[in-house]
Amino acid sequence: MAGKLKFLIPVAVFAGMVAIFYQGLYKDPTLVSSPFIDKAAPAFDLPTLYDDQRRMTEREFRGKISLFNVWASWCPGCAREHDMLLTIAHTTDVPIYGLNWKDERQAALKWLLERGNPYEVNAVDRDNITGIDWGVYGAPETFLIDADGIIRYKHIGPLTPEIWAAEFLPRITSARAMLAGAGS
Amino acid sequence: MIPEFGHIALVIALCIAVLQSVLPLAGAQQGNVAWIATTRPLAHAQFFFLVISFGCLIVAFLQNDFSVKYVAMNSNTALPTMFKVAAVWGAHEGSLLLWSVTLGLWTSAVAAFSKTLPNAVVARVLAVMGMIAVGFMLFILLTSNPFDRLFPAPLNGGDLNPLLQDPALIIHPPMLYMGYVGFSVAFGFAIAAMLAGNLDQQWARWTRPWTTTAWLFLTMGIALGSWWAYYELGWGGWWFWDPVENAAFMPWLVGTGLMHSLAVTEKRGLFKSWTLLMAIAAFSLSLLGTFIVRSGVLVSVHAFASDPARGLFILIFLGIVIGASLTLYAYRASSLETRVGFAPFSRETFILLNSILLVIAAGVVLLGTLGPLVFGAFDLGSVSVGPQYFELVFLFPMLPLVLAVGVGMHTAWRSANPRELFRRLKWPALGALVAGVLIPWLVFGSVSLLTAVGVTIGLWTVIASLIDPAKKVVGKGPRITRGMVAMQLAHLGLGLTVLGITVTSAYTVVTDESMRPGDTREIGGYTFRFDETLPITGPNYEGIQGVFTVSRNDTELTQLKPEKRVYRVQTNPMTEAGIQGGLGRDLFIALGEQLGRGAWSVRIQYKPLIRFIWLGCIVMVIGGLVAISDPRYRQRVTAKAAADGATATA
Repeated sequence: MAGKLKFLIPVAVFAGMVAIFYQGLYKDPTLVSSPFIDKAAPAFDLPTLYDDQRRMTEREFRGKISLFNVWASWCPGCAREHDMLLTIAHTTDVPIYGLNWKDERQAALKWLLERGNPYEVNAVDRDNITGIDWGVYGAPETFLIDADGIIRYKHIGPLTPEIWAAEFLPRITSARAMLAGAGS
Repeated sequence: MIPEFGHIALVIALCIAVLQSVLPLAGAQQGNVAWIATTRPLAHAQFFFLVISFGCLIVAFLQNDFSVKYVAMNSNTALPTMFKVAAVWGAHEGSLLLWSVTLGLWTSAVAAFSKTLPNAVVARVLAVMGMIAVGFMLFILLTSNPFDRLFPAPLNGGDLNPLLQDPALIIHPPMLYMGYVGFSVAFGFAIAAMLAGNLDQQWARWTRPWTTTAWLFLTMGIALGSWWAYYELGWGGWWFWDPVENAAFMPWLVGTGLMHSLAVTEKRGLFKSWTLLMAIAAFSLSLLGTFIVRSGVLVSVHAFASDPARGLFILIFLGIVIGASLTLYAYRASSLETRVGFAPFSRETFILLNSILLVIAAGVVLLGTLGPLVFGAFDLGSVSVGPQYFELVFLFPMLPLVLAVGVGMHTAWRSANPRELFRRLKWPALGALVAGVLIPWLVFGSVSLLTAVGVTIGLWTVIASLIDPAKKVVGKGPRITRGMVAMQLAHLGLGLTVLGITVTSAYTVVTDESMRPGDTREIGGYTFRFDETLPITGPNYEGIQGVFTVSRNDTELTQLKPEKRVYRVQTNPMTEAGIQGGLGRDLFIALGEQLGRGAWSVRIQYKPLIRFIWLGCIVMVIGGLVAISDPRYRQRVTAKAAADGATATA
């Protein structure tokens, strides 16, 4: 009997694969729920872009609501969202921190020089160390982090005014309200 | 009108394919000779209409017919003619049509070159291939019709992705498809054998040349793709473990295993169910490759399609084709096994080891490629599987595999004497070991353990492949058949590729420098002088060319002219590397970014032995060509002789 059963193994393995594929098909890659939502920002300690002697860590996020934007100069989606980032930097008081991801320093510096710099500080993650800890799929990705350093939301793909208005603004408002409530 | 003709021709081809998948099979199962007789005409007719359809699409590109949506999206008037033709298969819809045409070509070829086979066998094989053709043509017509019109028609089109504007791309996808799709023949033979409930050594003999032919196209296609990545992507890498590369590499690994396992089934009547499983797996991985590349399940640089309707269709199609064949396998395979003994130390054992290691290697690649998807499906978080994973894990099956090749090819069938083998191989093996440690150390000044192992097993495979031919030259070797020459060549190629990979990986020198015209740099014993930059204008791009003079010991060797291009329609900047190639080493310069005040970031690389990677592939392909030229595959074997052969070895 066992001799016959072994011939069933391939078809059983395949059935499992089909099930996984089927699941994968309906997952919009931009909607994958991140297991990091509502968890503390994973720790990191990276050099900054303009000054590699200086370090940036997750403690930078404490005390205010901020964005953490994963980008690279080779990434076309990042070029598309760059204007939106500049708008946020100029018109709101939400600071944007950058994770310059799998990039060359020279190319990143040139990018900011040419397109303008919306970032407070950029951490340099050339080897995708922090990227893996943060579950980065690909650039661009934007994390919303609250004053306690908790990740509240993650958007995969270029940031647009619509997404900003629909997903980020309401969360920022409610996080601010909670912060004010806790303070009083 | 012409696009409509193409559309109609495709519909007709689909109808013929439906007939082809029903009539011959029913005829073969029922013994109806008239129905069986329709097999070959239907196969040729299907191919004919597919060619017409494909031809119409090419004409639409050549005539700049931008009322056809697919043409408008992938071609424009400024595109050189050569690339207009290549643009036909530069994106999703056209490449699927190419897939179908390729399947039609294989179908027609089986119909034409199977005169020596019993008609009922050909009928079953072609019916199975017909079913696959039906699936693909339905897919094109329902979800991705390249003949769809666009109204109003734009005055000019978009442009072919500049990355794809390269001569290698004209032949790379057709080659890959010839390989991928070619495994459908072995698959057809496997399903036919299970349907008929009869699998003998004759079956393996029929299947072998088709498998080898598909394999050599796939080998060529992968090598071309790697070569294209090397000089077009501009980074000097030659393999990226990109999902699309993996999609071609997995069928190659399993297909290689299939070729070996088929040899055992032909010569010894063994491993029948294993061979069947490998035949199903090789083609299933080809289909999976199409799925990975086309459906957007995995997003990569090359993936052009991301549309769930298409993905769902391919998934259902995959489910039916692979699910049904594996179910048939579960039902039939056990009854096809024959019990023939072989000693634990014999060529059979080595080939079994070979195919198991190859399947493990393919499994490792599959796991890495689908890993992110699996983790996503179970909400285990996201993992990022990078080249580091593949480079490390792939070594575990591959090192023992390559090491065993040299021994296996000198091991006798049935039962070998290990002591005698040791006596024959100890000096060559020792030679490879000493050379593997000393040569890299003497030439490059240092050697790591992994490098020494890689060079040793590479040299060992080269030497082991050359032992018998060398003995023959001095006049005391055994008789060498054409099949043996093919095997020796293919293994020689493997050895050369392993050497190339090891040495390039270990001793490449890469530097990223900021250089101004007039600056010089010393790399790998060569002096690179940045002379000047010149503006350049191409047919559909503009750019800047850097001029570098390379010299060694104050003698000028060559000028390298890397370029930075900006294509007019799609404005992405593209890097064209300047490469001076040689058998021993490549010198490679790519222009990076302009850093201001005349300075450029420049990437200069010295890559020893990189050409061996592709040279080895070419030698492997020549080995495959020698194998299929063997006249024994074209002899008509009568049923009686085949039966005698089976009883003689059983």
